[in-house]
Amino acid sequence: MLSLESITKTIQDWLLTKFSPQIALTLECVIVILLAITLFAMLGLVLVLLERKVAARIQIRLGPNRVGPGGIFQTAADTLKLIMKEGLTPDSADKFLFNLAPFVVMMVAMLLLAPIAFAKNFQIWDINIGVLYISSVSSLSVIGILMAGWASNNKYSLLGAMRSGAQIVSYELSAGFAVLTIVVLTGSLQISEIVAAQENGWWLFKGHIPVIIAFVLYIIAVTAETNRAPFDLAEAESELTAGFHTEYSGMKFALFFLAEYINIFIVCAIGATLFLGGWMPLHIGHWESFNHIMDYIPSSIWFMGKTFFLIFVIMWFRWTFPRLRVDQLLNLEWKYLLPISLFNLLLVTVIAIMGWYF
Amino acid sequence: MFLKDYISDVVNGVSSLLKGMRKTGYYFTHSKEIITEQYPDNRATLKLADRFKGEVVMPHDENNEHTCTGCTACELACPNGTIKIITKFDITPEGKKKKAIDAFIYRLEMCTLCNLCVAACPSDAIKMAPNFEHSVFDRSKLTKILNKPGSKIKEGIE
Repeated sequence: MLSLESITKTIQDWLLTKFSPQIALTLECVIVILLAITLFAMLGLVLVLLERKVAARIQIRLGPNRVGPGGIFQTAADTLKLIMKEGLTPDSADKFLFNLAPFVVMMVAMLLLAPIAFAKNFQIWDINIGVLYISSVSSLSVIGILMAGWASNNKYSLLGAMRSGAQIVSYELSAGFAVLTIVVLTGSLQISEIVAAQENGWWLFKGHIPVIIAFVLYIIAVTAETNRAPFDLAEAESELTAGFHTEYSGMKFALFFLAEYINIFIVCAIGATLFLGGWMPLHIGHWESFNHIMDYIPSSIWFMGKTFFLIFVIMWFRWTFPRLRVDQLLNLEWKYLLPISLFNLLLVTVIAIMGWYF
Repeated sequence: MFLKDYISDVVNGVSSLLKGMRKTGYYFTHSKEIITEQYPDNRATLKLADRFKGEVVMPHDENNEHTCTGCTACELACPNGTIKIITKFDITPEGKKKKAIDAFIYRLEMCTLCNLCVAACPSDAIKMAPNFEHSVFDRSKLTKILNKPGSKIKEGIE
């Protein structure tokens, strides 16, 4: 059966027969970089269109339907427009930091792609501290946002960046605790081992109550971490024009916009890996024939399906809930999410020690 | 009971959020709820709400008769002088003089579609019509005479 695993293996074997191992490795890196950039561009186009369509359906509208059949070329046309626009740098801005910030944000998003398992044995970098790597690198994105806000020399940008800083620093905690729940149950930080541990059922089902609580906490925390409504205080168009990217235009704005959607994809991919089994098909205990039928669906489709389901849930949040105030935002984290996740971690530790999970 | 309040806070919050998500989820899955009108495409089948106010018209029946008595209540009710009624006197068969309208002049360009004239009319002679494609090349075309030529008042309307 043709799978991503066999394709990568064929390419690697072919490269090793033609070139020396060092050159083959370099070429593989180039291929990976090209694939990652292609994935980013495709995700940007698809997710923006998906968001607009979901928003339209939820608000009882039709959404984009003029450019191409059903509006599928709308985002491609928008991208062309953004490429042709001037990338303005304000006179009083800190020019170096101002131009660097969008690339920092994009770079963080790219780094996070490394340990994600897209399909069976299809992973850029399977490090043994995958989960730790993800939670540490994802907190770097606040630097890009603070940089953009500070360098713009604009009060709205600065306020947006400050809010974003407070928000990301707070919500990192409960996201981290939710991730720790799975680490406690699996006993490993490696992504491939976490996926392998879910062969006889996803953690969401195997870990019952504490994992479901952790899953809900994770979804709330990552919605806040990616600065999406109802936690979009960093942008808050009705209060701060556009928040930290007020002064950005053209392709630099597009990079921020793209990074937002890439970040959503990545956090949803991680959520799918940790709680919904990543590329692992739906397996139920010892139902051998059922498991066997599920195995016929390719692992990449399982992974993408789960990820896009979580993305849909986060979009559903955005178009349902009203935006929080800053004090409400911090109350929610420090008075509700953090105590609940601490208690939940204790509960899951007890369950893991006593073996009270399936 | 601090803990009880805390837990009920969380439960209430989550249940109210879920209520909202159920509503939006219903809209997402039910495409018949979509209210967007793709206007120039569906011009032939366009349906407007009954309460839509586009312009003032005077309905005439099949005998070319209207129910306007020329009382000028609409002219008095109009806040910006949109309506001007010119009256005349008809001679009834009994030889009596009877007041009737000669021209019901309606200036659409000045009308704010406030519905006060329709509300003021004692004999329901005028109403709001759902026409909204009013653009013309000559402004004088927006000054309309609402009573049709040769029309007369319906029998029995005083």
